[in-house]
Amino acid sequence: MAVPFLERNLRITPIDTFIDPPQPRARAIITHGHADHARSGHDAVLATPDTVAIMKTRYGENCARSFQALEFGQPLQIDGVTVTLYPAGHILGSAQVLLEYKGQRIVVTGDYKRLHDRTAQPFELVQCDLLVTEATFGLPVFQHPDPKAETSRLLRSLSQEPERSHVVGCYALGKAQRMISLIRECGYHDPIYLHGAMVRLCDLYEQHGVPLGELRQATGTAKGELAGKIIIAPPSALKDRWSRRLADPVLAMASGWMSVKQRARQSLVELPLVISDHCDWNELRQTIAECGAETIWVTHGREDALVYYCQGQGLIAEPLNIQAYEDGPEDAGGDETGDAAEGRAA
Amino acid sequence: MKRFAELLELLALTPSRNRKIAALSTYFSDVPDPDRGYALAILTGALSFKNVKPAMLREVVLEEVDPNLFAMSYDYVGDLGETIALIWPHQETAEDLPSLTKLIDLFNTTPKADLPRLIAALLTRPSTNERWALVKLATGALRIGVSARLAKTALADYGGKELQDIEEVWHGLTPPYGELFAWLDGKTGRPEINHTARFHPLMLSNPIDEDKDLAKLAPSEFAAEWKWDGIRVQLILGSGRASLFSRTGDDIAAAFPDIVDNVSGEAVLDGELLVGHDLMPATFNDLQQRLNRKIANQKHLTDFPAFIRVYDMLFDGQNDIRSLPWLERRRHLAGWLQANPQSRLDLSTVIPFKDWDELARIRRQGADEHGHEGVMLKLMSSPYVPGRPKGLWFKWKRDPNVLDAILMYAQRGHGKRSSYYSDYTFGVWKGNEIVPIGKAYFGFTDEELRRLDKWVRAHTVQAFGPVREVEKQLVFEVAFDSAQESKRHKSGVALRFPRINRIRWDKPAAEAATLADVELLIDAT
Repeated sequence: MAVPFLERNLRITPIDTFIDPPQPRARAIITHGHADHARSGHDAVLATPDTVAIMKTRYGENCARSFQALEFGQPLQIDGVTVTLYPAGHILGSAQVLLEYKGQRIVVTGDYKRLHDRTAQPFELVQCDLLVTEATFGLPVFQHPDPKAETSRLLRSLSQEPERSHVVGCYALGKAQRMISLIRECGYHDPIYLHGAMVRLCDLYEQHGVPLGELRQATGTAKGELAGKIIIAPPSALKDRWSRRLADPVLAMASGWMSVKQRARQSLVELPLVISDHCDWNELRQTIAECGAETIWVTHGREDALVYYCQGQGLIAEPLNIQAYEDGPEDAGGDETGDAAEGRAA
Repeated sequence: MKRFAELLELLALTPSRNRKIAALSTYFSDVPDPDRGYALAILTGALSFKNVKPAMLREVVLEEVDPNLFAMSYDYVGDLGETIALIWPHQETAEDLPSLTKLIDLFNTTPKADLPRLIAALLTRPSTNERWALVKLATGALRIGVSARLAKTALADYGGKELQDIEEVWHGLTPPYGELFAWLDGKTGRPEINHTARFHPLMLSNPIDEDKDLAKLAPSEFAAEWKWDGIRVQLILGSGRASLFSRTGDDIAAAFPDIVDNVSGEAVLDGELLVGHDLMPATFNDLQQRLNRKIANQKHLTDFPAFIRVYDMLFDGQNDIRSLPWLERRRHLAGWLQANPQSRLDLSTVIPFKDWDELARIRRQGADEHGHEGVMLKLMSSPYVPGRPKGLWFKWKRDPNVLDAILMYAQRGHGKRSSYYSDYTFGVWKGNEIVPIGKAYFGFTDEELRRLDKWVRAHTVQAFGPVREVEKQLVFEVAFDSAQESKRHKSGVALRFPRINRIRWDKPAAEAATLADVELLIDAT
């Protein structure tokens, strides 16, 4: 392959544009709304309409000087580079970026998953020469189970312990709405109670056509009323004084990390639900095999194992070691990208 | 097996002790014999399989998984059993695992050569949780935060008995505990146990609080003995070979044939197992050569002969004397030793003293000159009360030594701390170089652990597999019970029972201790 027109810090050389830059830049393409990908302070932002709406909701209308919304599948010419966004299946509006320049095709996946999810546009496979893939769950121990089976474990616990509140720790953007949607899909139609931090983003999802059923605010609700109910809260709230208002709560957590029981124990999670918005090991391998790329750049996660695997498949592979910048220890900015060991509640 | 897998998961994840007990109790009432008995055996560590071992499971997995990917995964997960369960790449079999009883039978009766194929077939199913339980069962390394004591508490709860009642019969029973459950279900009486073969729960001491306790205790009512630095044992003598139990009731006779083959008489004795020639205690380092070995080898038997320094007597002949006061029991013990001369037993001496100040002086002197760990105080009027009763026996340990050492390497922990860099190797100055003198993995809070983990990740110089070498900047105040010469450590010094006393975020590494400082603390023994 020719020298790629994308640099290892995800700068698209011919148009001086960065993908998901951690520092403010003149021009940025944003794959999705999680804080480790979407930052405020860029001059010009290009993203899907849903992502633009999410950024404005989270960071304010003026979090970038200008926004350009680009629909999925619509090619956009910028000085000889063609940019097309394809669904990544990670959260509402999440996109992979296809870049075409002088016959070379590069795909930057952002975060993605291939499992069914009613709250996100389904992943589309894009052929390319160079694939820049995430590797959040890039170890063969990560084999995500069926999310509906995991959700029914929550509902079973609820029927076995009907006097206890069930608090499900979920990141406010994406996971919370997917969890609610899964609960509905499994036939539970009682009101679901929300921690205050969830409300705006649930509203936004509903406005963008994702039905979530009846939602109520948990804050201000009498303790007795919350017994035997499902409450969706950010992971940081599980250990916080906030959860003391609940009736003898069962602490559940929806995250791909929850497959490791020792991790669940560390975070005092009693009911781990292995529900992830990232590819597991098998989906990562499947994507690498199917996209046709000869060169794989690996970022965001357990790069070493996936690079080793790709090289074993005869591919050219290298880790990018992009320094994801750190948020506070409690919440890695709304995504499960953080390693539980780094002191986050993931 | 499904039910057992659910129980294991609940036990692993429920932080509440009461809820664990309730879950066990429910399990015992829901599940029939002999499955529930085998479950109990697994939870109390009473079951092991001759041919099913962690190393074999690892080999089974490495037939299917790239070894490097396995190593990276194990490093990440931090628990071998869990890594195996999570990484197993096949899920085709839809049918349920066989019952617990059937599985145990398969593990015990399948020829060794066929076991890998059996394990692979059993692992090949969709539920990670069942694979996890299966691996836990096969390897016996549960790591789910359930002690044998908790399981026995649940038995007491289930059968409406006192924990003491369970403890009394426990060591005479074997899996799958049919007669135990029949008794707990009220179908039969309490199982008859031959007392000479069974472990009697030990009487334990409480640490003394010098400021609060001493003022309240009358010196004339207490006897003092040295706190011997060995392991607590119970020796049971009668017809047949003697039995030797550790403080938790594990049968350790096979590891100490030099004791059990050289004692005679009839009694149940309580004492400290030590090693040394001519009944002279050597260091704990020497004793360690003999510990954690199922069977002793000849060289160890010659180099480190074991003996027991006895200090209490529970049965004199067939007579249960536990209700007698300490002073009376002591008289029985001395009389018995005189009537039954022994080459591998001797009597722990009583230290005469008038008041606490005098004893404090003796204690300090004993620590400085002979490396004694401290003294034991026993209320002379007290009966032998199993468990840790308040106010009867006290341990008065000497003050720990402390020194400032520099963090050199950190390693990821296991179990509850998997993924955290929680095992620390630290060193002291030797000229311009820093030499390691010990390793510690406790003495800090969870909060401090998180901060240490972050520090280690941010200050790594090099990584060697799971070990990270860090910048030599962070000072720990390390507390330890004693320092001894050691050939194993590059520094020539080994610390006994080191723990992190404080993390000196403030202190520059240049001000940490030197090897010469440490050598001054080496015991006189």
